[in-house]
Amino acid sequence: MSRSPSLGAIANVKNPQRKQRRSFNQISAKLAPYGFLTPFIVLFFVFSVFGFVFSLYLSFHQWNPVAGMASMRFVGFENYTFSLGEPDFYKSLYNTIWLGLASGLSQHLVAIPMAYLLVSLGSKFRHFMTSAFFLPFITSTVAVSLIFVNMYSANVGIINKAIVALVNLPVINWFMDWVNAFMPLRWLEDRTLIKPAIAILQFWKFVGFHLVIYISGILTLSKEVEEAAILDGANWRQRFWHVALPHLRPFIFFGVTLTIIGSLQMFEEPFIITNGTGGIGNSGLTISMFLYKVAWEWLDMGWASAMSWLLFLIIAAVTAVQFFVFGKKGLGEH
Amino acid sequence: MELKKLSLALLLVGTTAAAQAATTIRYDCWPNHDKTAVDKIDDFYAANPDIKVEVLSNNWVDHHNKLTTALATGDGAGDLVCIDVEKIGAIVNQGGFTDLTSAFGADKDAEKFVDFAFAQGKGTDGNVYALPLNIGPGVMYYRREHMQDLGFKPEEVTKDWDALIDWGVELKKKGVPLVGHAGSIAQTIINTEVEEGNSIYFDADDKPIVTSERFVKAFTYAQKARELGLDGRFGDWSSEWFEGLKQGSFAIQFSGAWLAGFLESWIAPDTAGKWGVEGLPAGFYGSWGGTFLAIPAQSENKEAAYKLAQWLTQDRDIVLYEFDTNAAFPALRATFDAPMFDEEMAFLGGQQARLLWKDIAENIPSVKPSKADNIARAIILEQALPSVVEEGKDVKVALAEAEKLIVRRMRNL
Repeated sequence: MSRSPSLGAIANVKNPQRKQRRSFNQISAKLAPYGFLTPFIVLFFVFSVFGFVFSLYLSFHQWNPVAGMASMRFVGFENYTFSLGEPDFYKSLYNTIWLGLASGLSQHLVAIPMAYLLVSLGSKFRHFMTSAFFLPFITSTVAVSLIFVNMYSANVGIINKAIVALVNLPVINWFMDWVNAFMPLRWLEDRTLIKPAIAILQFWKFVGFHLVIYISGILTLSKEVEEAAILDGANWRQRFWHVALPHLRPFIFFGVTLTIIGSLQMFEEPFIITNGTGGIGNSGLTISMFLYKVAWEWLDMGWASAMSWLLFLIIAAVTAVQFFVFGKKGLGEH
Repeated sequence: MELKKLSLALLLVGTTAAAQAATTIRYDCWPNHDKTAVDKIDDFYAANPDIKVEVLSNNWVDHHNKLTTALATGDGAGDLVCIDVEKIGAIVNQGGFTDLTSAFGADKDAEKFVDFAFAQGKGTDGNVYALPLNIGPGVMYYRREHMQDLGFKPEEVTKDWDALIDWGVELKKKGVPLVGHAGSIAQTIINTEVEEGNSIYFDADDKPIVTSERFVKAFTYAQKARELGLDGRFGDWSSEWFEGLKQGSFAIQFSGAWLAGFLESWIAPDTAGKWGVEGLPAGFYGSWGGTFLAIPAQSENKEAAYKLAQWLTQDRDIVLYEFDTNAAFPALRATFDAPMFDEEMAFLGGQQARLLWKDIAENIPSVKPSKADNIARAIILEQALPSVVEEGKDVKVALAEAEKLIVRRMRNL
């Protein structure tokens, strides 16, 4: 539909002052969004882009921060080659992947069927259980980790006390008595137990978050599809495998992506559990902890930056593999 | 009336001008070493009306990280900052601090402090960069029910390390571990039996000496204590350690003088009278912890900051106040004749422990910090020692591997 020039427009032609005001208004209208965006853009550049670019710049330099900016010296790829020759880089990477797989996989393997079960049990029970499982996620990581340190304590910790009480129950004791020979378990002082100790904490903290995602996903499944499956004679297990699970694929994709990124950046829990040391034989040292140690304790910012970029490349590669494996189906496209 | 108004106006102008002329400085520290500067600041103002002090307190870790960032960017550090002795080697020798010898002739105050502490504040160029605020003369704390009550004598069981181990074997028969963690034996030997001219981990040319006899001896004793089952297998500051100090479930703890204050005030206040102190085994002297004051080169108020540093470290009453309220043992010799040093300490079973600490403080050999101490400490105490104690790794192999790692990681220093 075409429009004839308005009276106002005609008046503008005749009145240059009014025209000028209008063009000013037009410019203002165009600039206004940028004005509103400016605070974000400034903060984004100062706190994100600058840090990003500066760490890349640093990774090609040797720099002890305490000696000031003037002490920075260009060293090319030396920090990268040095990182790749460092035994603890590989050890911390292995630990990180181990922890990511152990806690990450178990979170999803538990959260998916549990979400389906909670949805099946009705809204009242579901709301209560979801809140209970979600609570650890919103609790302070530092506080939770400190509590777990106490719980893992070999002689006075509640976990060992519970295990001892359990295996010494009348019937259980007949076939679990051998466990007493291994007590007390030294969760935080034993190379083989420290990773499971961290993974259990991670699982406890994050399983509720994934549960909420999967419950939301199952609730988007239309009643008709569910009812059709029931009419076709599908039982509970079949409906889970052949109806709910395929429907959850994009949610699983989203959850697994978050787990991969989060796991590879794991820092606070192992840092507190191992008192910042990485544990016996560095068996609880994650890659984020190692680069923190290099940067802030050993004051080698260039090396730490190079490792953080290597970590970035690893995260990007693993995420890309995941995209490749899930393909478009992962994003809910067919 | 007009004259009155005029006088009032002049007074107001005068006051405002005086307020403007006052120099404001910032003192950065961590709890509780910030407390004296807050509690007693009026005494400082009385002598220095032209200086105003703001105190900025962060926890220990944040304080040092913030200081590192401020030194990196050349802006944001306090005019006077606390530095833990553990960090001093890595931080002070990198050029971010004021040379107090050249700027204020700080060397002339050397006699005022115990020798080892004043030496720790010097850089590799021999100039003073930091003044000692407090020190931690090292002793062996022991529980009396596992010592005198069982017929043992502190001076006999600390005759040498073998005597200590023998006592541990006797205690084990009664079901009492000697120490919380066997690693503390190694740590004590490493820190206190340093050869003349060396720093803890390096020789005078900054070459690592971690395969030397001292380290082999330290690791061997720790491994032996573990093999004989003489430790409780829990580290310092763990929940079992706290519980053990309260219950007396292990016999000894090597630590600084400050631990007595910690035990009495918050760790185990109900254990008064159950503790005793003795010098370290084999007659060596050492220090556990300590705090220094330094002036960042970026400060624009260095003179005012130095006045505050002098007041905090050299004013006898102030240093004694810090000792009394904060259990921070003084490095200032002028405090050593205070009556409180002769007092019997009820918490330590009536011992005149402060006299023992004073004697130790005067005899601790000077060991200069090295700029790679941080790296070496992490490798030796957090990696090599646990691998020997917890996993039975061969001592010489563990130390040789540690040396390689230290050399590799100190590439830029």
